[in-house]
Amino acid sequence: MNSFPPEIVLEAVANGLLTGAVYGLVALGLTLVYGVLHIINFAHGALLTLAMYAAWVAWAAFGLDPYVAIIPLVPIFFAAGYAVQRLVIGPASRGDDQNILLVTLGLSIVLENAMLAIFRSDTLSVQVDYAMEVVEAPLFFSAPMLLSFPRLVGFGVAFLVAGVLFVLLTMTDTGRAIRAVAKERTGAALSGIDVAHIYAVTFGIGTACLAVAACLLLPSFYVNPRVGNAFVLVAFTIVVMGGMGSVPGALLGGLVIGVVESLSGLYLGDSLGQLGIFVIFILVLLFRPTGLFGARA
Amino acid sequence: MLEVRDLVAGYGLTRVLEGVSLEVGAGEVVAVLGSNGAGKTTLNMVISGLVAARGGEVRFAGDRITGLAPAQVMARGLIQVPEGRKIFPNLNVRENLELGSYRRAKANRARNLEKVFATFPRLRERVAQPAGTLSGGEQQMLAIGRGMMAEPLLLILDEPSLGLSPLLVEEMFALIRRLHADGLAIMLVEQNVAQSLDIAGRAYVLEHGRFALAGRAAEVRENPELKRAYLGL
Repeated sequence: MNSFPPEIVLEAVANGLLTGAVYGLVALGLTLVYGVLHIINFAHGALLTLAMYAAWVAWAAFGLDPYVAIIPLVPIFFAAGYAVQRLVIGPASRGDDQNILLVTLGLSIVLENAMLAIFRSDTLSVQVDYAMEVVEAPLFFSAPMLLSFPRLVGFGVAFLVAGVLFVLLTMTDTGRAIRAVAKERTGAALSGIDVAHIYAVTFGIGTACLAVAACLLLPSFYVNPRVGNAFVLVAFTIVVMGGMGSVPGALLGGLVIGVVESLSGLYLGDSLGQLGIFVIFILVLLFRPTGLFGARA
Repeated sequence: MLEVRDLVAGYGLTRVLEGVSLEVGAGEVVAVLGSNGAGKTTLNMVISGLVAARGGEVRFAGDRITGLAPAQVMARGLIQVPEGRKIFPNLNVRENLELGSYRRAKANRARNLEKVFATFPRLRERVAQPAGTLSGGEQQMLAIGRGMMAEPLLLILDEPSLGLSPLLVEEMFALIRRLHADGLAIMLVEQNVAQSLDIAGRAYVLEHGRFALAGRAAEVRENPELKRAYLGL
């Protein structure tokens, strides 16, 4: 195995953390929906793709910078997620978990093919002048580390979103109702909580997280009709690793996976970067199947 | 206050309630007794809107509430403290209580919280503790406290003494007496026959989805049918 000078390794770790925060954001939406609705949302990837196209259209048609596009896209995607759960997934599933699985899978197929029909399979990207910009982070023992500017923004915004979510879930009645419904539906209904509404709000928040993630990814990433799946595969790993349904687990798991991917890219070559993720995934399943923050079985 | 007329309900092909009628008046304590599987909890679930009625109707304060969603039922002041407590184990004691006023009596939240703490000093001691770590008795207090937060007009208590030590059972019945003395109407659904009949004004005995007995608590106690309904002899 190659040995690298410490500043190179440090830089890889730092860039891994930065990427990992956005992975964590994608996983956050997935784990929240799982934790509350107890369903694996197979449409998560397609919804991420949809959000990336939306951010691309905002840029291509309206000249909106992807970071600015967060402001209109978050409410739009929250409303879309709310409507999908309330009008499609909820009624179609009739409370049966297997049906929900199939409905979300069907939804992802419909969405992907609709996007394929509209945007074709070409890869699209936005051109912003800061896409390749780097920020120098000083190190006391060597030349400064080079950190990608879009990734730094992604890291900051992902943590901001996690902070907002934390406040929402612990300080507001709606947030507490979400946590209550996650563990005790009957008790929640008898306390006057409209469970179907809370499900839809949760799905809306998960979808809004994707809108933020899409806007953070777009300056440095391309979009095509299947791009979301690559991220969601990683997000599934993070959700299992962090503990199904655990919000801090998703964020921490995202950071760990980001670093693992970055380091295995460094040592094994870029094309094998994702290998490390799945090695970790298998190790977690073997030795800590409930995840880092998961409840003990 | 609460009127149930010819209620029929069940799950799938199983009929659980086969035409049940009962009444609870303002300020009354009414006991609904019956052995396991008689249909007591199903009756509560239908009244609260969690299980659909297949026939008959439920009226509360003069209005038909059959078919309303649980949130709409409780918004009218018909509050149920369910069997098995159904507290939120991942939320702390204060959060559990505050969610009791999620839809009703929100404006009086702070005042009612003080009232609940005055009734259950134990809950005040454990205010920041996750509810799942409370003892069974404390969880029952929490469930009742959560119900009180919504300022009930009628409180349905489903098996409040279940799984409690004899000492705590005594405490629970003393509490129910106190709530009644404050003027609250209570429908007490219990397996604990003797103590329930002590505090109830009237009682119904459910057997195989029908009321086998109904009347003043003192009369029900003396009725030889009671033993038969209970022991299935």
